Amino acid sequence: MQKENTLKNQLNFKRGLKDGLPIGLGYLSVSFAFGVQASILGVPFFMSLFMSMTNLTSAGQLAGLTVIATLGTILELIATQVVINARYFLMSITLSQKLDKSFTFGQRLFCSAFITDEIFAITAAKPTVFGKKYFYGLVICPYFGWALGTLLGALAGDALPASVTNALGIALYAMFVAIIVPPSIKEKGVLVAVLLGGGISCALYFIPIFSSIPTGISVIISALIAACACAFIFPKKEEEVSDDGTL
Amino acid sequence: MELYKMALYILAMAGVTYVIRMIPMTFFRKKITSVYLKSLLYYVPYAVLSAMTFPYIFYSTGNVYTALIGTAVALIAATCKRSLLTVAICACVAVFIAGMIII
Repeated sequence: MQKENTLKNQLNFKRGLKDGLPIGLGYLSVSFAFGVQASILGVPFFMSLFMSMTNLTSAGQLAGLTVIATLGTILELIATQVVINARYFLMSITLSQKLDKSFTFGQRLFCSAFITDEIFAITAAKPTVFGKKYFYGLVICPYFGWALGTLLGALAGDALPASVTNALGIALYAMFVAIIVPPSIKEKGVLVAVLLGGGISCALYFIPIFSSIPTGISVIISALIAACACAFIFPKKEEEVSDDGTL
Repeated sequence: MELYKMALYILAMAGVTYVIRMIPMTFFRKKITSVYLKSLLYYVPYAVLSAMTFPYIFYSTGNVYTALIGTAVALIAATCKRSLLTVAICACVAVFIAGMIII
């Protein structure tokens, strides 16, 4: 008990800032790529910034961007966000049990906006509950890093010549490849999820009778079929799931 | 799309994403016990990212051939377990060089 309290007391604002700094630096590059992508799709820089400051999620924002760029419906938009961001629901359940008593109801309402894969990974791995000061310190760098990177990427995308923006257009996708490949090598279930998800998405895109399906819906269909199949064939036991943030 | 409509879309996205994050943290304090549901939520991110990447990565550079080269480089760098930033830079540089040669 004594030891646990000492550990908990070390989780102050400063420690939070320190833990959040590397996440913030990482977010700079990902959101830069997102900003460039938004600029290529014709979204004004202030709108990209607005999106990053209100959403704080990479895959969800790219999906939203795609729906906006293809003039999709609001229902398509909402459906993509629900499926793509459903994982935060699971993370939020785990985190709700790691907040100490210093969090009021209002602060829980506020803090839940900052649940991302990386913030989840670092907080879920803490051996004790933590207070709000630690959490506030933790989210500052990631939040502003995400916003700043988006702004810089969007401005760069507007200013740079086409030869450079074309090359930068692959950046965000390359990062997604970097996220999905290593766990696919390690874990059969993930490999099948990745191959099925990408495979079905390609099939829907290239087979003429399916080509009228909007992009956002196609991503949902592909991902849900792949994930349902994998959950059925490769169920994860309790302790294996969770505390390892990936995106 | 008009700006006001775009702003509305962005707010709708933000609202949905926020509600998903907020409900368990503030109201819902029970653990999910279903192995199937947990597994599903575990696999969804990987399946989503893959479905969002393929085939769209092939059209991400304005030229299918430079994109294919960039994709190959990204796959190789990712297999070597490089960081996100390194993989992205390798792919971009490959696309840029390929663009200078092909176009």
